[in-house]
Amino acid sequence: MINTMECALDAQSLISISLRKIHNSRTQRGGIKLHKNLLVSYVLRNARQVYMNEKYAEFYRMQQYEEVMTVCNEIQELNPLDLAKDCAEQSDECCGGGNEPASLCGALLPASHLTAVQPAHIQTPTPCSAPLSLQNEEVCKESDSFYRSCCAEAYPVSNCDFSSSNNMYCNKTTVLDLDTHVVTTVENGYLHQDCCAPLQQCCQGAQNPAKKRKVDFGYYVSEPEEVLDFTPCKRVRLEECPCPYAEQFDTSNISNLISIFGSGFTGLVSKQADFEQALNGQFCSKQALASLGAWTRAIVAF
Amino acid sequence: MAGVGGGGNDVQWCFSQVKGAIDDDVAEADIISTVEFSHSGELLATGDKGGRVVIFQQAPENKSQPQCRSEYNVYSTFQSHEPEFDYLKSLEIEEKINKIRWLPQKNAAQFLLSTNDKTIKLWKISERDKRPEGYNLKEEDGRYRDPSTVTTLRVPVFRPMDLMVEASPRRVFANAHTYHINSISVNSDYETYLSTDDLRINLWHLEITDRSFNIVDIKPANMEELTEVITAAEFHPNQCNTFVYSSSKGTIRLCDMRASALCDKHSKLFEEPEDPSNRSFFSEIISSISDVKFSHSGRYLMTRDYLSVKIWDLNMENRPVETYQVHEYLRSKLCSLYENDCIFDKFECCWNGNDNVVMTGSYNNFFRMFDRAQRRDVTLEASRESSRPRSVLKPRKVCAGGKRKKDEISVDSLDFNKKILHTAWHPQDNIIAVATTNNLYIFQDKPN
Repeated sequence: MINTMECALDAQSLISISLRKIHNSRTQRGGIKLHKNLLVSYVLRNARQVYMNEKYAEFYRMQQYEEVMTVCNEIQELNPLDLAKDCAEQSDECCGGGNEPASLCGALLPASHLTAVQPAHIQTPTPCSAPLSLQNEEVCKESDSFYRSCCAEAYPVSNCDFSSSNNMYCNKTTVLDLDTHVVTTVENGYLHQDCCAPLQQCCQGAQNPAKKRKVDFGYYVSEPEEVLDFTPCKRVRLEECPCPYAEQFDTSNISNLISIFGSGFTGLVSKQADFEQALNGQFCSKQALASLGAWTRAIVAF
Repeated sequence: MAGVGGGGNDVQWCFSQVKGAIDDDVAEADIISTVEFSHSGELLATGDKGGRVVIFQQAPENKSQPQCRSEYNVYSTFQSHEPEFDYLKSLEIEEKINKIRWLPQKNAAQFLLSTNDKTIKLWKISERDKRPEGYNLKEEDGRYRDPSTVTTLRVPVFRPMDLMVEASPRRVFANAHTYHINSISVNSDYETYLSTDDLRINLWHLEITDRSFNIVDIKPANMEELTEVITAAEFHPNQCNTFVYSSSKGTIRLCDMRASALCDKHSKLFEEPEDPSNRSFFSEIISSISDVKFSHSGRYLMTRDYLSVKIWDLNMENRPVETYQVHEYLRSKLCSLYENDCIFDKFECCWNGNDNVVMTGSYNNFFRMFDRAQRRDVTLEASRESSRPRSVLKPRKVCAGGKRKKDEISVDSLDFNKKILHTAWHPQDNIIAVATTNNLYIFQDKPN
């Protein structure tokens, strides 16, 4: 884990500074220094890791809070007995039925738990490795609801709308796992991870689903290796996640930025216009992060 | 408080000389980029960013004052490298001298290798103190005489003249490196040498310029998979088949050229596991090795990374035998040092003649010596203020935190523009050359 306490700057600033250094290195005398830029890319990777972790954690916290609020509102409307029954059915599908649901539920774990099981199946810090959801118009009545996370294009996705109505009526989502390339159709909006945790918290009477979930969690947490057999459905991409190639952002690989140092200008020149837009004035790290994928993709290896 | 030195007695370092301009406005071309003593220590060479080499020679010992070691005076100055332009890549090639390495002396002339980012040159430095006079067909000024005016013949003779030191390029080793050359090292066979760039090491014969052997190549098939570069390399001082190279990941690989033609597989890998509690954004940067030097004995290796100096025993690969903190107080400042690029500074290190003491530079024109035998270290400063002739250098102390004592300097008042990257130690005596930005300081131990 990267110790961020001693650094006066936050991850976002570090990313901006690093990108500025790489940009400046293009014009310095003597040509691009491979060693220095390699080191800068390591800082960039580390900062990005921390940034994504923070965003991820924040997203989860927000999700859980909103779900709690949603379900609490529902509870006020529904008959508690009906709710328990619904919970039982849906949690069967959600958590007991198949492989993915377990991991989805697993994904519902609070961020700290998530950290523990991350190596198993979820490639943190890359919410970039989120499912590519095919746009099933029939699926969600609210069209821009959750899992339309497209990693191939760097367009921002609106934050998942967790209003109660959406929750109820989103029936089906198809997700593509970018690592295993398995397409999975997730039935019923409640299969989305958000359904499990709040139910766990709010369904006092629904012992069954809660237990079942716990079992799954336990199974999930204690045997991370087994989880690999599941198709790990990836998490929703955050709105600012730009990366086009999830697998390439494996933390053990140096980022594509390294390929700058080959022939010098060729790759960079082609994306210069895009990049300089992001660099004008203040280095807006958000913009930089958004354009990062496109920029690195364009770099021509030496 | 006494300084450190080899041989048990405490060494007190005295200012001897300072070379270079006094004014604070430093011309970029004058920034010293390398310092190296010759094998005998009689000559001291410096290279600068402007591509020039300046060689100082130790004056012969003064018979009347034998205890006072003699001074170094300018011996030769020449332009080694010029800026070039690579038209194919639209890149300017800097003339900055990255490294100078002396060849052992075989005859009256001296030879050294100097390199910039792309080209290595072998220079012959020779003296001329006689010239032929009395030509029959030429006047003294060189004009040809009318042959009809020649009535007698005489034999030209050599007559003494003012000493002239000539530097002439004898070999140019070019076009062998795609990336920036960071090291050169002469083999103990005195016939070959290696040159190193970020991804490759080439082996040359000193006589042959049109080809070299590539002996290490760490360039990945896909540059996007690049994770480390070579930062320095050196031949073993005695074993002509052995060399080491260091990487940006903090590892050192020892290779044996007898094992195979391409030494991609190391014979030994020296690596210390990273302390996970120290992990930060900048862990990779500060673990990158900036210099590697064999001890004179060949038994030990010294490496310098951003914050420390490590001594490795060639027989033990899993951890260094000694670790010395150069400026640990900078660990909490890494963020600012990253912003102002100081974290990328490449400090060098050197051994003294008997391998008991090692030296390296720091900021604020401080340099550090670590006495391995006596387990003591000292911080000294190269500054104009302490530059009175034969004045003893006072040890300095940096206050990392808390109450600052008298004479201590707080971390926040360190001048990070004043950095000592290059230092050299005379091969036999206690004479050191310390390069600040554009000045060369020579210190000697106090005579008894």
